[in-house]
Amino acid sequence: MPQKVILDPLTRIEGHLGIEAVVDNGRVVDARCSGTLYRGFEQILIGRDPLDAVQITQRFCGVCPAAHALASAQCLDNALGLVPPHNGRVIRNLIQGANYIQSHILHFYHLAALDYARGPEFPPFIPRFEADYRLPAKVSQDIVSHYVQALHIRLKAHEMSAVFSGKMPHCASVVPGGVTVTPAVDKVTTFLWRLKELREFIDNVYIPDVLTIAAVYRDYSEIGRGCRRFLSYGAFDLDSEPDVQKRTRFFQMGRVVDGRRAPVDPGRITEDVRHAWYRERPPAHPSRETTEPDRKKAGGYSWLKAPRYEGLAYEVGPLARAMVNSADNANPALAKALDGALAQLRLRRENLCSVMGRHLARALETKVLADAMADWVLQIKLDEPVAVGHKLPEAAAGMGLWDAPRGALGHWISIRNQKIERYQAVVPTTWNASPHDGKEQPGPIEEALLGAPVEDPANPFALARIVRSFDPCIACAVHLVTPRGRLLASARIV
Amino acid sequence: MRWASAATALTPFHEAFLPRLGAALADAVKEYPIIWMQHSACSGCSVSVINTIHPSIKNVILDQILPGHQLFLNYHSTLMAAAGHLSTDAAMETARKHKGKYVFIVEGAIPTRDGGIDGTLGEEDGKPVTMLEWMRRLAPGAMAILAVGTCAAYGGISAAAPNPTESKGVRDVLRMLSINVPVINIPGCPCHPDWFIGTVARVLLYGIPPAKDLDEHGRLKIYFAKTVHNRCIFRDYLDDGVFASKFGEVGCMMELGCKGPFTHADCPIRQWNSGVNWCINASAPCIGCTEPGFPDAHSPLYQRR
Ligand code: SF4
Ligand code: SF4
Repeated sequence: MPQKVILDPLTRIEGHLGIEAVVDNGRVVDARCSGTLYRGFEQILIGRDPLDAVQITQRFCGVCPAAHALASAQCLDNALGLVPPHNGRVIRNLIQGANYIQSHILHFYHLAALDYARGPEFPPFIPRFEADYRLPAKVSQDIVSHYVQALHIRLKAHEMSAVFSGKMPHCASVVPGGVTVTPAVDKVTTFLWRLKELREFIDNVYIPDVLTIAAVYRDYSEIGRGCRRFLSYGAFDLDSEPDVQKRTRFFQMGRVVDGRRAPVDPGRITEDVRHAWYRERPPAHPSRETTEPDRKKAGGYSWLKAPRYEGLAYEVGPLARAMVNSADNANPALAKALDGALAQLRLRRENLCSVMGRHLARALETKVLADAMADWVLQIKLDEPVAVGHKLPEAAAGMGLWDAPRGALGHWISIRNQKIERYQAVVPTTWNASPHDGKEQPGPIEEALLGAPVEDPANPFALARIVRSFDPCIACAVHLVTPRGRLLASARIV
Repeated sequence: MRWASAATALTPFHEAFLPRLGAALADAVKEYPIIWMQHSACSGCSVSVINTIHPSIKNVILDQILPGHQLFLNYHSTLMAAAGHLSTDAAMETARKHKGKYVFIVEGAIPTRDGGIDGTLGEEDGKPVTMLEWMRRLAPGAMAILAVGTCAAYGGISAAAPNPTESKGVRDVLRMLSINVPVINIPGCPCHPDWFIGTVARVLLYGIPPAKDLDEHGRLKIYFAKTVHNRCIFRDYLDDGVFASKFGEVGCMMELGCKGPFTHADCPIRQWNSGVNWCINASAPCIGCTEPGFPDAHSPLYQRR
C-alpha cells in the first residue's frame, strides 16, 4: 500500500518548506515540494526608485543578502551602463566571498550536521527524529563541539563582510557603480586576520568533518542523485568586461549536461507556472514575467515557479559550480580539490551527484575561495576610487547574473520614467525546489527524492537529508505561497 | 569562554557543555521556555542575533544567557533538530505546559489577507496552519512578546506598499485579534544582537518594562531615544560644510538622502558586527531601518526628503 509522508515544516533550512512524498515498498515513488510563504516582492518593487532595489532585494534573504546586493547592483550597472572601478570590483568580491564562507559553515554545522551526529539531550537538539546515527560516540561529540565552535567562527566571516559592507546581514555599502566604503589599511588588516582564522578552521575542522561523515555514510554518495543537469552563472569577477558572458570569473559561468560543459544563454531561461499558484500562462522569460497570484488555481501546489533552461530542470549550487568548474579544468584549484577528496574516499566522479557530493562540493569550494581571498584583499588600492557616478535614464533594462552561495541568481529590471517598471528575480532555491512543470517534469529536489529509501514512513530521515543537502533557502524563493488543497498525486502511484 | 584557534584547540564535547551541565545541578538557575517563530521574514534577524559576542551565542542557546538565567529554545525552526509535527508539537506543548511563563519571540510580519493564507507554518490533518493562527494560539499565554526586527515590530519590508499580503506587525495583529499581552519592539533591519540581548535581559532581571522606559513606538529608550544624526561620526563634515555628492565620496551624506536625522538608534556608538563597522562608517547613508516608516516613508532611500 502506497503511503503518503508529509514533512512540514522542514526545519533547519532557511524559511518555510513542506515535503510530501508517496512511499511504496520502502521507496519514494512521487515527491512534491512546496514553498509556503508568499511575500510579493516583485509587486513591492514596482514604482520605486531603481537605486533602492539593491537595499530592498537584499531583504529577500538574511542568509545571503550579499548575493542579492551584488545581483541587483550588477543588474543596475547593466541597465545604467556602469563599470565599477578596480576597487569596487575587488571589494564586492570580498563582501560576497566572506558571505559564502559564512553561509557554507552555517549550513554544514547548524543546518545539516545534526542529521548525522546525535546532538545532546536538550533543546534545540531534542526532540528529533531518531535517524540511523552511525558515528562513533566520540566522533559525534567532536562534531557537536565543532557545532559550537562554528557558531563563533561564522561570526568572524560576517565581520569580514561588514568590514567592507558596513554591516551584515544587509550590506549598506553596495551601490550601483561600485561600493561606498573608503579602502584603508586598518580594514585590510582586520580582514586578513579573520580570514587566517577561518582558513585554519576550514582546513583543519570543516573539511575533515565532511570527509569523516562522507566515509561513514557511504550509501549517501549514491542517494539523492537528482536531475544531473547543472547550471551556474559563475561568481567573483576577475576583470571589468561589461558583457557578463565574456567576463572572466573565478567560478566560471556554464552548464554541464551529460558530463559535458556547455555555454549559458540567458535568453533560454523561462519560468513555468503550471503547478504554481500564479495565473496560468505559457512559460515566459523572466524579463517578461509577471507575478499574478492565483490562490485557487487547480493543480497548483507551490508558490515557487518552475524555472527551466530550454524547457529542462537544472540543479544549481555548489555541486553545479563544482561540475562546471572541474569540467575542462575551468577552475584548476577546485578541480584538484575535488579529485583529491574523491581519491581519499575511494569514490568515483559520478558519486558527486549525491547527498554527500553536495556537502563535499560546498566544503571544498569554501576552501578554494578562502585561499583566493587572501590574494584579493591585497589587491585593494588605497586612494583610488570605489565607485563611478551614475545618471538615471528615463528608460532602460538590465540583467544581473551571479551565483549566490546556493546557486544561480538572476535579477532583471526594466526602468520607465526613472522608476522601476518591472523587477523579477529567479533565485537558486526556485531552481532547486521548483514544482513540476507543464510537461510534468519534477524539479531537481523532487527528482532527487525519487527512489529514496524510507523504511519507516513515520521517521523519514533520508528525505530530510536529501532536501537539506541542497541547502534550500525558502526565504529567498520570493514567489512562494501556501500549499492549499494539497493535490497529492495518488494517480501517479504505480 | 573564548575559543582558541581551530588548529590548536578543538574543545572537547564535555568542556563545551560543562557550564550547562553544571547549571542543571545548581537549583539557583532560573529557566525560561522560549518559542521563537519566524513569520514573513528573511531570517536576517535570527542570523544577526547569533552574531552576539557578549554573551556569546553559545551562552544564549546552550547554557546561560545571564549568570543564573537560562533560556530553553523549545521552538526555533532554523535551529531545532526536529521537523514536521515533532517541531510544531513542541511549540504547542510549551504553550500548554508553561502558560503565562514563556517568552514568545516573533520574527517577521504576519500576513493577514484572506485569513492569513499567504503565510503558513506546518499543517494539521492535511490543512496548513496560518501564521495568523499561530499568533492566536501562542500569543495569549505568553508572559511577554518580543517583536524582533522591523517587520515584526511595524510590518517593515514585508508590509511595504502595496503590501500584497496585507502583512502587519505584532502589535497591530494583537489589536486585530483582541489579545492583550505586553509587547516590546526591538526593531532594526535586521535587529542588532545587543538590542535583542539587552531587551531580554531587561525582562528577565527587572520584569516587563513600564511605559516610561519605552518610546511611543514600543522600543526601549536606552537604545532608541536618540537619532543616528545626534551622535554621527560625520557631524564634523556637516559642521565644515563638506558634503558627499556621489557614492564613494567622503562627507556628510545629507545630499545622498541620509535618514540619520529621522532615525532613532544608537548605531554610531554601538556599531555593528562586533564593532568592526556600521553604515555611515562605510560611507553608506543611513536608510532608517529602525523606524516604523521603513521603507516607505524613507523612499527614495538615496534622495533628500
Ligand atoms: S551623515 Fe547623516 S547622520 Fe551623519 S551628520 Fe550627515 S545627515 Fe547626519
Ligand atoms: S545606521 Fe541607520 S540604516 Fe544603518 S543600521 Fe543604523 S538605523 Fe539602520
